[in-house]
Amino acid sequence: MLDGRGQVKRRAGLRLWLSAGWLGLLVIVAVFAPWIAPKDPLAQDLFLGRLPPFWVNGAEPGYLLGTDSLGRDVLSRIIFGARIALAVALVAGTVTCVIGAMLGLMAGFLRGWVDLVISRLIDIWMAFPPVLFSILLIAVLGPGLMSIIIAIVVIDWTRFARVVRAEAMAQGAMDYVASARVVGRGRVGTMWREILPNVLPTIVVLLTLEMGIAVIVEAILSFVNLSIATDDPTWGGMIAEGRTSVYQAWWVLVFPLVTLFLTVLAFSQLGEGLKDRFDPVLR
Amino acid sequence: MSFLSVRNLSARVKGGPALLRRVSLDVAAGEVRGLVGESGAGKSMIGKAVLGILPNAVQVTGGEIWLDGVDLLALPVAERRRRIGAMAALIPQDPLTALNPSRRIGGQITDRLVDILGWARARAEARALELLAEVQIADPARVMRAYPHELSGGMRQRILIASAFAAEPKLIVADEPTTALDVTVQKQILKLIAGMQAKHGTALLFVTHDLGVVSKVCQRLSVLYGGMVVEDAAVRDFFAAPRHAYSAALLAATPKYTDPMASLTPVPEAVIAAVQAEVAAYDGGAHG
Amino acid sequence: MGLLRVLLLRLATTAVTLAGVAVIVFFVIRVVPGNPIAMMLPPGATDADIAQLTALYGLDKPIWQQFVIWLSGVLQGDFGTSITTRQPVLGLVLGRLPATLELSIMALVMAVVMGGLAALWGTKRRGTRVEGAIDVANGMALSVPDFLWGLVLILLFGVLVPVFHISGRVTPSLDLPFTTNFYLFESLLRLRFDLWADIVSHMFMPALALAIPLAAIIGQLLKQSLKETMHLDYVTLARTKGYGETHVILREALRNAVLPTLTLVGVQFTFLIGGTVIIERLFSYEGLGNMAIDAVINRDLPLIQGIVILFAVIFTGVNLVVDLLYAALNPRLRHA
Repeated sequence: MLDGRGQVKRRAGLRLWLSAGWLGLLVIVAVFAPWIAPKDPLAQDLFLGRLPPFWVNGAEPGYLLGTDSLGRDVLSRIIFGARIALAVALVAGTVTCVIGAMLGLMAGFLRGWVDLVISRLIDIWMAFPPVLFSILLIAVLGPGLMSIIIAIVVIDWTRFARVVRAEAMAQGAMDYVASARVVGRGRVGTMWREILPNVLPTIVVLLTLEMGIAVIVEAILSFVNLSIATDDPTWGGMIAEGRTSVYQAWWVLVFPLVTLFLTVLAFSQLGEGLKDRFDPVLR
Repeated sequence: MSFLSVRNLSARVKGGPALLRRVSLDVAAGEVRGLVGESGAGKSMIGKAVLGILPNAVQVTGGEIWLDGVDLLALPVAERRRRIGAMAALIPQDPLTALNPSRRIGGQITDRLVDILGWARARAEARALELLAEVQIADPARVMRAYPHELSGGMRQRILIASAFAAEPKLIVADEPTTALDVTVQKQILKLIAGMQAKHGTALLFVTHDLGVVSKVCQRLSVLYGGMVVEDAAVRDFFAAPRHAYSAALLAATPKYTDPMASLTPVPEAVIAAVQAEVAAYDGGAHG
Repeated sequence: MGLLRVLLLRLATTAVTLAGVAVIVFFVIRVVPGNPIAMMLPPGATDADIAQLTALYGLDKPIWQQFVIWLSGVLQGDFGTSITTRQPVLGLVLGRLPATLELSIMALVMAVVMGGLAALWGTKRRGTRVEGAIDVANGMALSVPDFLWGLVLILLFGVLVPVFHISGRVTPSLDLPFTTNFYLFESLLRLRFDLWADIVSHMFMPALALAIPLAAIIGQLLKQSLKETMHLDYVTLARTKGYGETHVILREALRNAVLPTLTLVGVQFTFLIGGTVIIERLFSYEGLGNMAIDAVINRDLPLIQGIVILFAVIFTGVNLVVDLLYAALNPRLRHA
């Protein structure tokens, strides 16, 4: 259990596989949602409202995790909700990553006025409460999947820019960069060919963490009822509804919450696990 | 019996190589014993074991450490620490890192007197002032209020010496106390330690790699190689005629203060091989 | 060098940051679709009515003129008038600020206590299963944001074992004798422990939800920095003086280990304050964040601007205080 320095050894492999396993399952469920989901996620039936999950008295067969107040199948809505959550995670995460990392790389390596402008922008961004900022942006952009993605990119690029900037500065001070310059590589060439590969592990870790954050932001916006059209199944929307009827039908809150919790945990543990894998670079 | 008596002490890195191999040595009350060897010979480990500050990764595998008639290794940790705190003290190697940067000097000298020995604060402070004067610090009252970063390395080492003698311990372990200092300061500090030792009559375990220092300060010495004591002798006898081949070679490799320009002989390969064989033979015997 | 210089330098950058915030807030909000004036008037209002009210709020002027008018007002403490409630923004915002401040500070205290204890305990038991367990708990707490912890707490202590209130700031039927909006502090000062208990019971879960991620960060960072400090020579020297491990950790290691943690905790505390927006919504707690979300939904531009600016002032203020605290606690800076 202990290594030579007397530190507790972590079993990094296990959590990496568990998180990757859960996320892989989600991807499969999302892709094949129409074939997997037992019911139509939008079908309402007021006679079947607030049915409990299958092991509780009064459950209806076919509605495994019960129904919400409008009689919609909770399991099917969670399954279809995975599509929206993963789409947001993938698209918003990637775009945020590319833009934020680019700006951070430029600020950290080119320095000078580029760094001055970008650093000041980061300072200003850090002075906004992010949740309020995102709600405000959705109000400006109007609800919809695209708006959520734009809001996440606009708000979260600083996460990448800050870290990548610091990393690029540290790398830029090292000897191998100077020798690349001596050999005759230009500044921009050095940035792409020498610095970027060395900060890439950091960027990958941040990207994984950002995907988890994107899922949460989507849920928060759905919760505040500003996300997608209200009918569409989103985990946040289900949680918002579940929150209001938590004393009458706990399952409407519990199941989407557990799904969201595990997904966010999985993204974050995947990121931390990768960080340990890249250990020599990151520490 | 001696005031400090280390009997057959063995230690190893947890799950790793042996560091000490059945080390035995004695320090009588008021006696100064040098502990010499190359780096990695285990001399510092003995000092740390005596003071109960071995790193977590090091594990004592056998032996006894008798301090004033009590085997420290048989005591529970808290009691062992209190006993060591009341009877022994350390003069550390690097004065720059051995003082807490966020506490004033005064508190770092008096804390043991007040907390462990139960003195009144005023008495402890008077004692600290007296000791600072004794180690030739110019303005003791000002220094008591200072933070470590305001003082020079030599000053800090004097403070650490004052702090070590503050509780009138029966035994002080000096762990290469001059190695980290400027050459010009080294001599003054050495003189100071020797003077304080003589005045207070404290037993001293002097860990060093410098035989020249041993010849000046110590009465007896132990030579270590590979965690084994290869020679235990009176200093006068040792410098006249070392008994072990390795000790003789080590002595030949040390510059003489009387004649620093005399040519030096590095420890011959054959001697190293021989002493390494001894260590290996010991390990074989221990495992077999 | 010294405190004064640090202070001046930080004040200058803070001013630039706040100016940037003001510009962005103003222009982003002008893009909001939908005419807020039309929403204020009853159905059947004439175009002339709309034009009159638009002029009253200055929304008919070119956008840069609106900005100049608004900014000069802000600098004089005039944040305009809320469109939905028709009351001065400053009064509305300051009325809600105490609720949010009390919530944030209670959360910070909880986070420092929980994280600090975890770090101290983990350091004392370093290399054992206890430390391993603390690491796992920290990792979990850190991975999941305040919003989800809030929901989990609602289920655990609001529904499963209902011990705390899950919505509001105070039980509505209670008679409140307060003259300020600092209910938590004022109830203590007035020795009304019955009210205090009711308020704490409402605040406990939202504050805990906010505190959990920050506690994990404090726990991790402080433990790491304590463990590094525990190897230093002056700590070893203290052990030879006869002190036990707990005393060594508290007196020798803690103060020096706290410094590196402090700066990061400052940034994280601003994240915590930002988190109050959604947590207040989740727990229907009547603070600034809840008011902000209502303002966005109602397109109440002046109110949104006021709240965002206030948040920005708080954020930069916290960072300023942390930087000064860092300088004050670091003896090398203090005496240089």
